[in-house]
Amino acid sequence: MHELAITVIGPDRPGIVADVSEALAAVGANLTDSTMTRLRGHFTMTLICTGPASAEAEAALGSLKDVVTQVRSVSPESYGVKDGEPWVVSVHGADRLGIVAAVTRVVAAAGGNITDLSTRLAGTLYVLVAEVDLPPAAGDELAQQLAVAAAELGVDVTLRQAEPEIL
Amino acid sequence: MIAWAGPDGRVLPVVTAPAPVLGAVGDEVDPTSPEVVRLAADLVATMRVSPGCVGLAAPQVGVGAQVFCVDVTGHPKASTVHGAFVLCNAKVIEASRWKAGREGCMSVPDLTGDVKRAGRVVVSAMLPGSGEPVTVTTDAFEARALQHEIDHCDGKLFLDRVAGAHAIYQRKVYL
Repeated sequence: MHELAITVIGPDRPGIVADVSEALAAVGANLTDSTMTRLRGHFTMTLICTGPASAEAEAALGSLKDVVTQVRSVSPESYGVKDGEPWVVSVHGADRLGIVAAVTRVVAAAGGNITDLSTRLAGTLYVLVAEVDLPPAAGDELAQQLAVAAAELGVDVTLRQAEPEIL
Repeated sequence: MIAWAGPDGRVLPVVTAPAPVLGAVGDEVDPTSPEVVRLAADLVATMRVSPGCVGLAAPQVGVGAQVFCVDVTGHPKASTVHGAFVLCNAKVIEASRWKAGREGCMSVPDLTGDVKRAGRVVVSAMLPGSGEPVTVTTDAFEARALQHEIDHCDGKLFLDRVAGAHAIYQRKVYL
């Protein structure tokens, strides 16, 4: 059984998700985790599936028009922060080069692992929201370092603990 | 009664992010000063001409001060309603019944976000003009509006409180 990481990017149109998943189903690829969104109008889909060899999946997706696809075999291991605590970082301010790079570098230096991230450009306003697993007791120091980075970038930053919503 | 009964104000332009005033902590004010009364009147006037607007804080009209107005009258998600009122130097002193809800903001016109807020709050503040100290106890949508405006006075936007990476949304229409 192969585990494959697949990306599909192209102009958005109705039916594109159906086309991608049908092509994969036809070669026996079973979708496990996937995400699809539109980034400034571009269709983007990232998925993990199990089943065929990567060449087979690649050939199946090759029939789709106007999209860029990539298929790669992956191993199921993943990195995680030991005893990580979930936090959320919000950044907003005037758009400029390097906001994401600077903020995420500070998070990485604190041993944080970003588990989810989205950014939006709305007019001249740039917004970044990241979910981060942090080592225990790393929050206060990271908050200070983020404040320094934010001041240099001229943006506002907030770091807060994510609230677990478990019933 | 906390309802606003001051003079008519001017309609001011609303500033949008990334204006620096929106990220700065507002100054405490003397609620009896004529400038604060004029600011209160201007906030109410600007809120009233803005469709769908249920609250407006001084930083949103470019003034770094702890003054805001709220009016959730007629809103379907409102329960307790105090009408149109203006508060100065407001602080949340009790908060409970936390609940997520979708928020927008005139200063962030293109985005909305899911934000957890207290569904019941007690707020202490002063009224513009008389300077009388008041305690406002409210719930539901009015409680959410108060917390959103108090955040503005503290230099915070709803973007600073969104629940996670997928809790901000592109707004299709502004009311």
